[in-house]
Amino acid sequence: MDNVMFLTFLATLVGAAWRLATPLIFASIGEVFSERAGVLNIGLEGTMLVGAFCGFAAAYATGSIPLGLVAGTAGGMLFGLIFAFFTITIKADQIVVGAALNLLGMGLTAFLFRAYYVSTGKGIEIAQPVHIPFLSDLPLLGEAFFRQNLIVYSTILVAIAGSLVLFRTSFGLTLRAVGEHPKAADVAGLNVAGYRYAAVLVGTGLAGLGGAFLTLGHSNQFVEGITSGRGFIALAVVVFARWSPTGAFCVSLLFGLFYALQLMLQAQSSIVVPYQVLQALPYLMTIITLVVVRGRSAAPAKLGQPYEMR
Amino acid sequence: MEQVNQGARETVYPQAAHFFYRTLSQIAISAVTPIAAVLVALAFGAALLWLNGFNGSDVVIVMIFGSFQDVRSFGEILLKATPLILIGAGLCVAFRCSIWNIGAEGQLYAGAIAATLVGTHFDGLSVWLHAPLVMLAGAIAGAGWAGIAGWLKVRFQASEIVTTIMLNYIALILTSYLVTGPMRDASAAYPQSARLIKEAWTPRIVSDMRLHIGILIAVALAVALYIFLQRSSRGFALRVVGLNPHAARYAGMQVARNVMIAMCISGAMAGLAGAFEVAGVTHRLYQNISPGYGFEGIAVALLAGNNPLAAILSGGLFATLRSGSEVLQITSQVPQVLVLVIQGIVILSVVAFAKLRDVLRIVA
Repeated sequence: MDNVMFLTFLATLVGAAWRLATPLIFASIGEVFSERAGVLNIGLEGTMLVGAFCGFAAAYATGSIPLGLVAGTAGGMLFGLIFAFFTITIKADQIVVGAALNLLGMGLTAFLFRAYYVSTGKGIEIAQPVHIPFLSDLPLLGEAFFRQNLIVYSTILVAIAGSLVLFRTSFGLTLRAVGEHPKAADVAGLNVAGYRYAAVLVGTGLAGLGGAFLTLGHSNQFVEGITSGRGFIALAVVVFARWSPTGAFCVSLLFGLFYALQLMLQAQSSIVVPYQVLQALPYLMTIITLVVVRGRSAAPAKLGQPYEMR
Repeated sequence: MEQVNQGARETVYPQAAHFFYRTLSQIAISAVTPIAAVLVALAFGAALLWLNGFNGSDVVIVMIFGSFQDVRSFGEILLKATPLILIGAGLCVAFRCSIWNIGAEGQLYAGAIAATLVGTHFDGLSVWLHAPLVMLAGAIAGAGWAGIAGWLKVRFQASEIVTTIMLNYIALILTSYLVTGPMRDASAAYPQSARLIKEAWTPRIVSDMRLHIGILIAVALAVALYIFLQRSSRGFALRVVGLNPHAARYAGMQVARNVMIAMCISGAMAGLAGAFEVAGVTHRLYQNISPGYGFEGIAVALLAGNNPLAAILSGGLFATLRSGSEVLQITSQVPQVLVLVIQGIVILSVVAFAKLRDVLRIVA
């Protein structure tokens, strides 16, 4: 490969990486909020599926992508409400409830899809790339960064806004206090359960949005299990990112790079390694990530523990 | 001498009767929650069907009774119950130790791969040697696959929830690679391995039914795991680590070793389930050899209250529901994935009922 071809390859790769990272960015930033408040939601995979399905169904019915995004987010939050009720109000084990919601999300979306849409075989119109004037004409950089659809661009906003809310507002401060020391927050007169509900709703809303992107900005059809583990990978992203929204953005991009690399290398016929090796890459990298970023030192102190007022 | 015996008899018999009575009432009390949970889930499933234009009352009838038509269909239920009991009972051990092994699906595939390797090689062994060897290979491979996640947790504090799930995907991809590549039967149109040697097959109970001796082994192992957890000192240590790792460490228990043991036991059970799927049912390795038994096993263990003995019953129940959902798909075109929804609701109901019981206890 000569230099020009390599640079073009690189530009396409980076562009694709950002696109493929988008669902992960939404889901992992949402999960940062949830975990900072002390709630570990392993039901993210099911939540993303619900978002993907609701987004698809709404866009299919109305032909509108924004409405699809709203429906995906709302679907995620509705699912999150179940999670919050069981883990915060009933104080059930978060992992048990998360596992149940994964089954439920997988089953419900597959059931409804098979009952209504699978025989139609019709897809939806997905969000088209928006070329940013001048910038998109830049060699290489234009291809990589300025020819995406609006949902992809919005990830930057979500990352910045998430970071500001979490670290620069009193809401964010309280949220973190609730995850670090709920008892102190409770004694100070703060509504621990309320903040945890809010955090879970932010988390599952963003996970639903991330799922909706899969059907509205990426593939024009809902497919059973379309998330293919992204909900779980988002959990690893949060650890790697040390529970920071901007960190989650960067780490998600790295994972997007693995996805993109896998897809592009699969298309290359000259590659000698079996395509399954490339397929396994994102999953392998997740494990390696957890090993490299050792320990839970940065984790919120009360992560995964229900708060019992005494 | 006579007098001593007399005295012993008098005290032993009432005690035995009391023990018997107590056990029975305990079983009755602890059965209320799961039964209620299943009923709620079935009602939810019926409502879901009714809302979507299917005949809702079908679901309850077919799911519970539809698959009990004759001896043969009962055998098919037991066949489905085999992996569920194995995986469910194994996960009871892990969950009691607070090890969240979500990776039984991957461990099942690791076991299936190893069983296929052993089952397609070593021609000329007797069935008394080859069939057990295949099971052993499956169990060891499952334990090894789970052991990776256990080691990563012990050595690097990597969350086993994430690593076991990632290992699920990797095991599935590995299987797909093996059956399309090195282990592929070149003469077959569909990607699959060569057929296992006859001597490696898990012996059947009745020659003209698919049901194999795996169900007996599964029940026996579930009982053994119950005794292990309740009666052995190692089982006690596992439970203490699960309840409070700090206290366990303070009491001189090796937390890391207990984590590894719990992980490997649950992995070995899932691996054995994989070996039975290959050596007892399909006799070949395919890409989709498991319809999600590994995930279903989680629900089985939770419904059983993490008690391996109860996992025999809850495994049987889930197998019945799964058979019923297959019948429902054929007779009423109801998508079979309904069974996943019902499982999810079962778990949530178990959680809610357990809470309700606590609340009632406090009120009463």
